[in-house]
Amino acid sequence: MLEIRNLYASVDGNEILKGINLKVNKGEVHAIMGPNGSGKSTLAKVLAGHPSYEVTRGEVLFEGKNLLELSPDVRAREGVFMAFQYPIEVPGVSNAQFLRLAYNEKQKHLGQEELDPLEFKDLLKEKAKIVEMEASFMTRSVNEGFSGGEKKRNEILQMAVLDPKLSVLDETDSGLDIDALRIVAEGVNKLHDPNKAVILVTHYQRLLNYITPDFVHVLSAGRIVKEGGKELALELEEKGYDWLKNGSVAAGAK
Amino acid sequence: MSTAEILTNREYKYGWVTDIESETIPRGLSEDTVRLISQKKSEPEWMLEFRLKAYRNWLNMQEPRHWPNIAFPEVNYQDIIYYSAPKQRAAKVSLDEVDPELLRTFDKLGIPLSEQKQLAGVAVDAVFDSVSVATTYKEKLKKHGVIFCSFSEAVREYAEIVRKYLGSVVPTNDNFYAALNSAVFSDGSFCFIPKGVRCPMELSTYFRINNSESGQFERTLIVAEEGSHVSYLEGCTAPKFDKNQLHAAVVELVALDDAEIKYSTVQNWYAGDEQGVGGIYNFVTKRGKCAGRNSKISWTQVETGSAITWKYPSCILQGDNSVGEFYSVALTNHAQQADTGTKMIHLGKNTRSTIISKGISAGHANNSYRGLVKIMPKAENARNYTQCDSMLIGSDAGANTFPYIEVMNNSSQVEHEASTSRISEEQLFYLMQRGISQEDAVSLIINGFCKDVFLQLPMEFAVEATRLLGLKLEGAIG
Amino acid sequence: MSSQLATQSSSYNTAFRALLEKTGNAEPSWLRRMREDSFAHFERVGFPSVKEEEWKYTNVAPIAKLQFVPAFANGQPGGNGFGAFVYDEARRSRLVFVNGMLRRELSSVEALPAGVSVIDIGEALAKGPNETSLRESLERAAKSESGFTALNTALFSSGAFVFIPAGVSVAAPIHLQFISESSHGAAAASFPRVLVVAAENSAATIVESYASPGESVYLTNAIVEVRLGAGAHVQHFKVQRESTSAFHVATTDAELGANARYDATTINMGAALSRHTIDVTMDHEGAECWVDGLYMVDANQHTDTHSMIDHRQPHCTSHQLYKGILDGKSRAVFNGKVFVRHGAQLTNAQQTNKNLLLSNEAQVNTKPQLEIFADDVKCAHGAAVGQLEADEIFYLESRGIRPEPARNLLTYGFAEEVIEKIKIDSIRRELDQAVLNRLHTTL
Repeated sequence: MLEIRNLYASVDGNEILKGINLKVNKGEVHAIMGPNGSGKSTLAKVLAGHPSYEVTRGEVLFEGKNLLELSPDVRAREGVFMAFQYPIEVPGVSNAQFLRLAYNEKQKHLGQEELDPLEFKDLLKEKAKIVEMEASFMTRSVNEGFSGGEKKRNEILQMAVLDPKLSVLDETDSGLDIDALRIVAEGVNKLHDPNKAVILVTHYQRLLNYITPDFVHVLSAGRIVKEGGKELALELEEKGYDWLKNGSVAAGAK
Repeated sequence: MSTAEILTNREYKYGWVTDIESETIPRGLSEDTVRLISQKKSEPEWMLEFRLKAYRNWLNMQEPRHWPNIAFPEVNYQDIIYYSAPKQRAAKVSLDEVDPELLRTFDKLGIPLSEQKQLAGVAVDAVFDSVSVATTYKEKLKKHGVIFCSFSEAVREYAEIVRKYLGSVVPTNDNFYAALNSAVFSDGSFCFIPKGVRCPMELSTYFRINNSESGQFERTLIVAEEGSHVSYLEGCTAPKFDKNQLHAAVVELVALDDAEIKYSTVQNWYAGDEQGVGGIYNFVTKRGKCAGRNSKISWTQVETGSAITWKYPSCILQGDNSVGEFYSVALTNHAQQADTGTKMIHLGKNTRSTIISKGISAGHANNSYRGLVKIMPKAENARNYTQCDSMLIGSDAGANTFPYIEVMNNSSQVEHEASTSRISEEQLFYLMQRGISQEDAVSLIINGFCKDVFLQLPMEFAVEATRLLGLKLEGAIG
Repeated sequence: MSSQLATQSSSYNTAFRALLEKTGNAEPSWLRRMREDSFAHFERVGFPSVKEEEWKYTNVAPIAKLQFVPAFANGQPGGNGFGAFVYDEARRSRLVFVNGMLRRELSSVEALPAGVSVIDIGEALAKGPNETSLRESLERAAKSESGFTALNTALFSSGAFVFIPAGVSVAAPIHLQFISESSHGAAAASFPRVLVVAAENSAATIVESYASPGESVYLTNAIVEVRLGAGAHVQHFKVQRESTSAFHVATTDAELGANARYDATTINMGAALSRHTIDVTMDHEGAECWVDGLYMVDANQHTDTHSMIDHRQPHCTSHQLYKGILDGKSRAVFNGKVFVRHGAQLTNAQQTNKNLLLSNEAQVNTKPQLEIFADDVKCAHGAAVGQLEADEIFYLESRGIRPEPARNLLTYGFAEEVIEKIKIDSIRRELDQAVLNRLHTTL
C-alpha cells in the first residue's frame, strides 16, 4: 500500500529525515518509535504533505501513485489520514459542518453519493459511538475549548467518518489519561480491517499495550536504526533509547 | 496559491448595466437643483423647505476627511447628476405595468418582482437609481395596518407621520453627507408598523445604481409604534464603472415603547477593480432612536462592497431599559477602504448595548473599526459589551481598531475586547488533511470567524451573506 | 484664540529673551539656533486645542491663560521640607531639581560606579564627549509638532544626562527628583529635560519623581528620553505627585535596541491637570517593553495618558496595563495606541485598561487603539469601565468586613496590581500609603 524509498526531508533548511525506507502492506500495523527529535513526527507530516517540510530526495508511493506530487487535500481524499498530535482549533465552524464537508469532498472524489445534513447526522451518530462521544460535541466548534482527551477522541472520530486506507497516528497517546487512552485505542482497533493499514508514531510503548503492532521501527537522527516485531517495543521500554546511540546502528536498515 | 490570492481572485457578479432610457436632470447642485427635484416629485411646501434648509446647512459644512481612516481624491459635487429615473411610469397601478426591462433587471439580481414569482415571506421595495420602481405585497401588508411604500409615496400619502419623524433622528445638519442627502434625496423606503402589530413578513429594499453619472441618495424611515415588531432587510449592487460614484443615504429608525426593529444590510456595491479604479463611495448615516421604554434596535451589516465605506449605524438609547445591538462583518480586499462601526449613546436607565464587529482585510485593503460607547450621567446601570475581532489575510493588509469609550455614570459597566488573528498555515493544513480543498478551507475559516454575526441575519440573508463571502473564492475555483 | 496666544507668547517671549541673554555664548551655536526655531514654532502653533484628535478630551486652555514665569528667572525656594521626598535606596544616587534647576547641595551620586554619568544636562552640553548624543536627541524632539515640546526645547535650562556604559549594571536606583513650588505670587514654570543613554547590555533603574511641598500653582513641562542599546535593560519608574493645583505635561520617549528591555511604570496622582505622553519605539528585533501605569484622581483633577507603542521590526513584544481610579468630579483620559508596521511579523502586543469609577460625577474617556499592518501577529486589547465586583465585596462581607472597608480594601488591591511593579520598597510604601489616604482608610 505504502512504499517509502530513501526519503530525505528538511524544514527551514535543516535536514530531519536522512534516508527513510519503509514498506507498509494492507492489514498491517506499524509502530514508529524513537527519541524526541528523531524525526518521527516529521515523517508523519511529510506523508500528509505539510507545507513547511521539503522533501529533498526519495519517493513515496501510495497504492502505486506518487504521493509527494499530490496536495494535502487530495492525499486525504485518496485515503491518507493523519491524526494530529496537536489538533487545530477552527473557531465558529461546527464539528458536524466540518466533517460533512470533508466527507462529501471525499465521496465526490470517489464518485460516490454525498449526504445531506440529516443523513450525515445519522452517520455521525453511529461513528461517535466508537469513541464514546456525546452528540453535543457535533455542534461545538472544531476542537475549540476541547480538553486534550476530547481533541484526540475527535481525531479518531474523524478517522472513523473519513474511513481512510492508511491512518498515520502522530503521538496520539500523548497527554491522555488511561481512560481516554483506552477509548482511543479501542476506536483504532475497531476501525482496523485487513484492507487498511495503520502507522503509529509514538515515543512510549504504552499505546502498544492496547494496539498490537506487527512491526516496530526505531528512528534515530532521521534514520531507521532498528526494526523488529512487537517485542522490540518492550525492549525499548526497558532499556530506553540511549543504548541505540552506542553504535548498535542497524546500518542501512532495509 | 496563498490565501490572499484566493481571496483576491474574485469576480463581481453584478457589474452589468441595464440598457434603459432615463430621464436625468443636468449635473450640478444649487438651490435650483433642490427645487427641481422637489418639483419633479410634486412635493408639498414643507418638504421643499426641509430640503432647502439642509442645502443651506450643507454649504457651510466640510467633508469629514480629518478623522476617518480613509483617503480619496477630491469629489466634485457639481459633476454629479442628482436625479436619474427610468423613463416610463405614469403612476403604475399594478406591478405588471412596470417596464419589463426593469423587471428583468431585478430578476437577474435575484429579486423577482412580478406577482407570480415574488419571494415568499419578503416584501420588496425596488429602487433603481433615484426612484422606487415597484413595491411588492403592499396590499397584503396594508391589511395588517403596516405601511410599506416608496418614500415619495409616503410624502404624498402619509405626510403627517413623515413630517413628524423625518429628521428627528438624523438632523439635517448632522454631518456633511447627511445634509447633502437631506437636500437632494430622491427616493427610498418608508415603513410604519402600528401599535401592537408584529409585521407578518420581512420588509426589504433593494437598491440598484445603474446610471454611471448619477449618485444615489436614498432616504429610509422606519417607525415602529408601541409594542410593534419589524425586521427589515436592505441589499444593494451597482455596475462596474471606472468612475467613482457617490452613495450618501440616510436611514432613520424610531422605536416607541416595547417596539423592536431589526435592520439588516448586505452591502455589495461595486468595489472598484484591483488597482482601486472605480467603485462606490458609500458614505451613509444610519441611526436609530430607542425612544420608548423597553424598545430595541438591532443593526446587522455585512459590508463586502464599495471602494470606500464610511458608516456608523448607531443607537440612541433614550427609553429606560432599551437595547441597542450592532453586529458587523466588514470585508475589504484589493484597495478597498472601510471605516465603519457604531455609536451607542446611553441616555436611559438600565440601557444595554452589544457590539460584535468582525473585520477581514486582504490585499492592500485597510479596514478600521471605529465605535463610540457613551454613557451619559443619567444612564444608571447601563451596560455595554464590545468585541472587535480582525482577521488579516496577507502581509499587505491593514486592520485598525478605534474604540471611543466615554463613561459618565459610575453604576454602568463597559467592557471592550479586541483581537487580531489570521488564517494560519496549520489551520489550513489541518482542514486540507481532511480532504477539504484550500479554497473551501479558507471560506470555511472565514465563515466560522463571522459566525456570531451571520447568526443574527434573517435566514434568506444568512445564505446570501455566506454565499457572498464564498463568492470571493469563486474566481479561483472556476 | 489669537488674543490668548498673544498673552501666552508675551509671557514666554520675555522668558525666552532672558534665557538667551543668560546663556549667552556658553551654549553651542546649534543649540541656540534650535531654541530659536523651536520658539518660533511654538509662537506659530501655540498650545494644542481640543480640535486636535490627540487632545480631544484634554483642554489646556487653563495653562495658556496663566502667566507663568520660567523658573530660571525666578527666586529659588529654600531646601526646607524637601527631605520628605528622599527615597532611602537612592540617598546617594540622586539629582534634585528645584523648579527645574539642579540643586547640587541636595544631590549626591556617590553610590554610582565609575564610568556612569549622572550629571546636569547643561554641564553635559558644555563638555565634549556627550554633545553628539545630546544633539541627536534634541534634534529628534525638535521635529515634533507639539507646542509643549517646542516650548521645552526653547526654554529648558537644566535637567539630567544619564549615561550607563556598555555592560555595566547599576545596582542603586538613579533618582531624578523634581520639586516645584511657586512663591512671590508668580506661577513657576519648569522645563526639565532628561536624556538617559543605556549602552549595550547595561542595566539600570531610573526613578523620576515630581512633588511639591505645598499646594501652589505651577507648570511642569518635561521631556524624558531613554535610549536603550542592544540587550540593555532599563526599569523606569515615574511617580507624579505634583501639587493638586499644578499643571504637569510630560513626554517620555523610549527607543529600544535589539533584545533590549524597557519596563516603565508610571503613577499619576497629583496635578490639577496632567498629561503624560509615552512613546516606545521598537525598531530592532527582539525588543520587549512593559508599559504600565496607575492614575488615581479625585475632586476636579484631570489626568490624561497617551501611549504609543510602535512595533517597527519583527519579534518584538509589548505589554501594557493601565489602571484608573476616579473619585469626585475627576476626569481621566486613556488613549493607548499599538502600531504594528508593515513587516513587523511575529509581534506580540497586549494592552489592558481598567477603570474604577468611585463617584457618579467622575468621567472616564478611554480609547485603546490597534493599527496593524502585518498579518502574523498576536495583538489584543481590552478596556473596561465599571465597579468593584459584587461577588468580591460579598466575599469580604461574609468574612465579617463592613461594606465600606471591604470596598476600600478591594480598591486598594486594584491599585496594588500596578504599584507592586515598582521594585523599590520605599516608593511602594509611600504609594501604598498615598492610596490608602486617598481612600480615607488604613489597613
